[in-house]
Parts: sequence; structure tokens; C-alpha cells
Amino acid sequence: MSTAAQADPAAPAGSASPLAHRRPLGDRIFQILAAAAGVLVLVILALIAISTSQQASSWFSTQGWKIFTVDWNPATNSFGALSFIYGTIITAAIAIILSVPISVAMALLLTEVVPRRWARPIVYVVDLLAVVPSVVWGLWGILVFAPWLFNIYTSIASGVKGIPVLDALFGQPVSGASFFTCGIILAFMITPIVTSLSREVFATVPAIDKEGAYALGATRLEMIRGTVWPHSQGGVVGAVLLGLGRAMGETIAAALVIGSSPVITSHLFAAGYDMPAVIANQFGEASGEFRAALIGLGVMLFVITIVINLIARGVVERSARRKRGA
Amino acid sequence: MRLRYRQQVTAAGVSVVALALTLGACSSSSSSSASGGSSASGGASSSSGGGSNLSGTLNGSGSTFQLTYQQEAIAAFKSVQPNLTVNYGGGGSGKGRTDLAAGTVNFAGSDSPIPAKEASGFQGKTILYFPVIVGPITMAYNLSGVSNLKLSPATIAGIFSGKIKTWNDPAIKADNSGVSLPSTAITLAVRSDSSGTTQNFTEFLVEATGSAWTLGSSSTIKWPSSARAASGNPGVAQVVKSTPGAIGYVDYSTAKASGLTFASVKNKDGSYIAPSPESATAAADAVAVKPDLTFAAVWQGGPNAYPITYQSWDLVNAKQPTAADAANLKAYLGYLLGDGQKLLPQIGLAPLPSSLDQKAVAQLDKITS
Repeated sequence: MSTAAQADPAAPAGSASPLAHRRPLGDRIFQILAAAAGVLVLVILALIAISTSQQASSWFSTQGWKIFTVDWNPATNSFGALSFIYGTIITAAIAIILSVPISVAMALLLTEVVPRRWARPIVYVVDLLAVVPSVVWGLWGILVFAPWLFNIYTSIASGVKGIPVLDALFGQPVSGASFFTCGIILAFMITPIVTSLSREVFATVPAIDKEGAYALGATRLEMIRGTVWPHSQGGVVGAVLLGLGRAMGETIAAALVIGSSPVITSHLFAAGYDMPAVIANQFGEASGEFRAALIGLGVMLFVITIVINLIARGVVERSARRKRGA
Repeated sequence: MRLRYRQQVTAAGVSVVALALTLGACSSSSSSSASGGSSASGGASSSSGGGSNLSGTLNGSGSTFQLTYQQEAIAAFKSVQPNLTVNYGGGGSGKGRTDLAAGTVNFAGSDSPIPAKEASGFQGKTILYFPVIVGPITMAYNLSGVSNLKLSPATIAGIFSGKIKTWNDPAIKADNSGVSLPSTAITLAVRSDSSGTTQNFTEFLVEATGSAWTLGSSSTIKWPSSARAASGNPGVAQVVKSTPGAIGYVDYSTAKASGLTFASVKNKDGSYIAPSPESATAAADAVAVKPDLTFAAVWQGGPNAYPITYQSWDLVNAKQPTAADAANLKAYLGYLLGDGQKLLPQIGLAPLPSSLDQKAVAQLDKITS
């Protein structure tokens, strides 16, 4: 009895009982709002998944496994999505391969090499690339960039003629609009994102680690390899995957420069197609199963991006765990 | 959110096309809007429903083929019924029909009748078809030194299925006796977006050549992979203009505005006819119209009929929710079929032949509340 009576006055200041009971009203409202916002995101995602899959169901049910064929021909009611999946992967891969080395190098340059007062204007310029609307990229791509690239494509194609692998990759350009042009435009579009995210990550490396490396006699390159890189690996992978997501989902720029030809070919300079572009191009006149197929492509793209995000998360976590273990 | 993003993206794509269309038609629209105003003020008394003062809003969406006409007509209609606001958004015929089925618009622009697979969306409703415009699709080409190219449907089918690869092919030579044709390779210019133009162009090929055309008829076609695809009529026109040896199907007003050269096409009666608003009206004049006013203007007989002529309807529900909606629709459609038709030749489209126009006007009374 007496101990309980003594404990009571101490309780308000102490931590014996659950906090929730005496949190101020503002805190509780904030908690509810935050939880609601979190749940709302999940609910919206679920509703999107349900309603789009529902509208696409006639495609899945009538075509069955034929949705994974190359033949996309609304005139004969065949809707195979494989060429679009292929195009999405190829263009995103080109964009990543071109953009990531440049972005990471630029981020390292800005954080580790260039003095801060010189870095700032460079950062501004790179970030400016991010505010260019995608339709402007697309129009510039198709009106200016693609015709210019076409000359380069034709000279490369004539150069590699007859060489086994290179001819298959870089032969037969049809016009400036191609997988490769699309990949380059996408690379332009994701470079600022990957650069600025990587820069943020590199900036979090503790100065004491870097100074420690220098103290041990490391050169700048050795310091970057030994301290900056291991510390920021996971973050950079995350940045790259955000860029990949943007590249795979980019619609209007891709629709303008990809060439709009649903084929699977090893020729990177040939006209191709990807999933967002075909939806944007063909939705207007689509009806019935055609419409269902286009919505179904959206569902597929949704699933693919979720899978990629999950893989990314796994990679980041594994590298974080390995670092803790080391 | 994702779906909404899609729609925005589609809308963005459409607005680019629309923008391009407006830019493409710029030279003609600036002159015609001025004269459109004057012709409309004179027509206020004659167009049906013009006497009373109506107010409200009408929303329409769909066919981009109609878009220029709708924009011109809406501007001119302002002086007939200043309190009645009409909005028309493009988006494609398919979108228009979907919107009408969902009840989000008062009328839908469509270049083709409601296909069987969409009929379930209109169950229990009576849909009225009002033909509003006809127009030629040109075979625009870029071949220096050849100004009067003639093409027969079979040759066009051969070119667009990729079987005819050079301009001096025997089939093209046979259509153009006495003309020296270069050995330039043919580049196909086609639409990357789905379109009523593609639908009607391929319907023409099916009608005119039968089994010789193997790619079918649809708003999106699986073209030979060497084809250069571009968005909208202006996009195709741009490809044709910038590529020596190119040929593409482009609607007349865009081809005209882009300064392209186009071929005369052999019609059902065997004569080669150049595309023009007059030859399109001639084609529509020969058409056998069904009782619901649907028809297909491609491949019609008649000595002066241009064979690749297509049409567009405005679709409305016969039963309107309110009397005001019914009156507003009657007034606006009456204008489109009446004085609005005078705006058409200036924007490269063809007015309806008077017999068809009268049938459409007579059908206005079927709109009830």
C-alpha cells in the first residue's frame, strides 16, 4: 500500500506506465494523422492494383499464356506483350549503363574533388536537367537529336558490317528513333536524380573516416575506394534503382523517340517499343479487349517495378548487413 | 493514382498532338475564325433553336479528326448562343465512346460506328448518329521531280505491306505510264498512335483490294518494321516532308497545311481522282446510308469520288436527362449541320452532301427528354 502510494506521485515524471495514456492531445492527433497517411498510401496502392487488374482481366483470361508472345496486332485481336517488356528492359538497361558511371563519377567529383564554391554552380546546372519536362526531352529528341544520331548510327553500322556480334547489335538503323536513342534520352533524364542522390550519400561519410585513411597514407583514390565507397554502396544502389524506376516508367519522351515498332530484335539502332509508350500511343482509340490489354500492360509494369524495388531493397539490406559484420 | 497518371499522360500525349494539329492548321484557322464569326452572325436566324436564348454547358470528347472543326464551330457558335458553353476535348474516338457510355459527356465524336464489342456499354440506350464531316485521306509523298503521281489501290496495298520497295517498281510504273520514276527506296510513314485515320485508311484497302491486303483493318496496324512511325497527322507529315522517297497517309487539311505533294488515287469507276473537299463530298454523295445514318465513305462509286474518304459522327443519347439538355444539343448539332458546314472548306474538310445533311437535320427531332 504505502509503496504504491509513494510510486504514484513519481509516475508522471517517470516511465513506469505506458506513455500513451498521458500524451498531450496534439501528439495523439499527430500519431493518428501519420498512421492514416501511411495506411492511405497502402489503400490507394491496393485499389489501383485491384481496379486495373479487374479492367485487364479479360485480356488475361482470353489470351492466357499468349500474353507472353511477341505478336501484338489489334487488327487480328492478338495482344502479346513480350516485345514491350523486352523494349522496356533494353531501354532502361541502356539508360542505366550510360548514366550510372557518369552520375557516380560526377557525385564523387562534387563531394571529394572540387572545392565547395566550385561545386555549387555545377550542382545547379545538373539539377536544372531534372526540371526539363519530359515532353520537351521527347520533342528535342525526335526533332533535333534523333536526326543527328541517325548519321552516327549509319556510319557505325557501315563500320561494323560483317563483324559477327557487333553487326547484330549495331547494324541496320532505320531512322533516328530507336531503342538506343530512347536509352540515351532516358539516361539524360535520370542522370540528375542519380547524381544528386549519390552526392547526398557520399556527403554522409564521416570526415573522421576519410581523415583516418589519409593518415594511413592513402591516396585520394585509395581513400575513396577504402572509406567512401564501402560506406555508401547501399545508398548508391538505392539511387540507381530509383533512376531505373524512372527510366522504366517514363512515358511521353519514350513514346516520341522509341520508333513505335513492336519487335524483338538484337539491333539496338532499330525502332522498338516499350510498355508506357504503347499505352500512351494506343489508348485513345482502344476499346474492348484492346483496351483491357493496354491496362494489363500497366499492371505488368506495376508488378515489374515492384519486383525490382524488392530486389533493390534486398541488395541494400544485404550490403548493410555485410558491412555490420565486417 | 497510377491510373490517373496514365490518363494525364494520355492527355498530355493528346494535347501534344492537338497542339501540333492547331499549329499545323494555324495558317488556315486564323483566317477562317474571322470569317467564321461573320457567317455565324448571319446564320443566327436560320439555324434550328437559334431563336430562343439557351444557356448551360455541353461537353463532348473523342475524334481528333473533328477537333479542328469543333474548335472553329464552338468559337463561331458563341455569337449564336452566347450563354451556351460548348467544350470539346480530343482523346480519340475510342475515348469519346467510352465517355459517352459512362455518361461523362453529352456527345461523343467518333470516326466509326460503335463496334460490336463495345455494344454492351450502350445497352438499353438509343444512340443517334449525326454525321458532321467527311474528309479525304491523302497519299502524301516526297519524290523530287514527280508531281502528278497516280496510284491504284492494289499498288497502295503493295507499298504499305512492304512488297513494293522502290519507286521504279513495275506496279507503280504501270499506274504512271510515261513518267520517269527514280530508283529511290520507299520509306513508309505511318502513325505511332492509334487513330481513326489508320482505321479508315486500312478499311479502304480491305474494301478496295480484298485479299491482297493482308494486314487487316484496325486503329493500330502491325506495319512492316522498316516503317517510320510518328504521332498524329502532323507527325507523319513531318516524316514525309523530311525524308526523300517517303510516302504516308495524312489527312487532307494537314497535308495541305504542310505543303505536301499528294497522289491521285484510282477510284471504283477506274478514274484517278485527286483528293479535295469536292471529291470527298462527291464520295459521300454516292454513299448508301443506313437508316441509323451510319455508312462508310471509303471506296464509293461515282466518277468524281475520291476513294479514300472518311467521315466522322457525333453520337448522342436519344433520351436526354433534362429538356434543357435536349434543347441545347439540338441547337448545337443543328449549328454543326447548318451554318457550321460553311466553315469546313476553309479548314480542308468537306461539307456533307445536302441529301445526307437533310437526313441528319431531320433526325434532330429524335432527341427528347
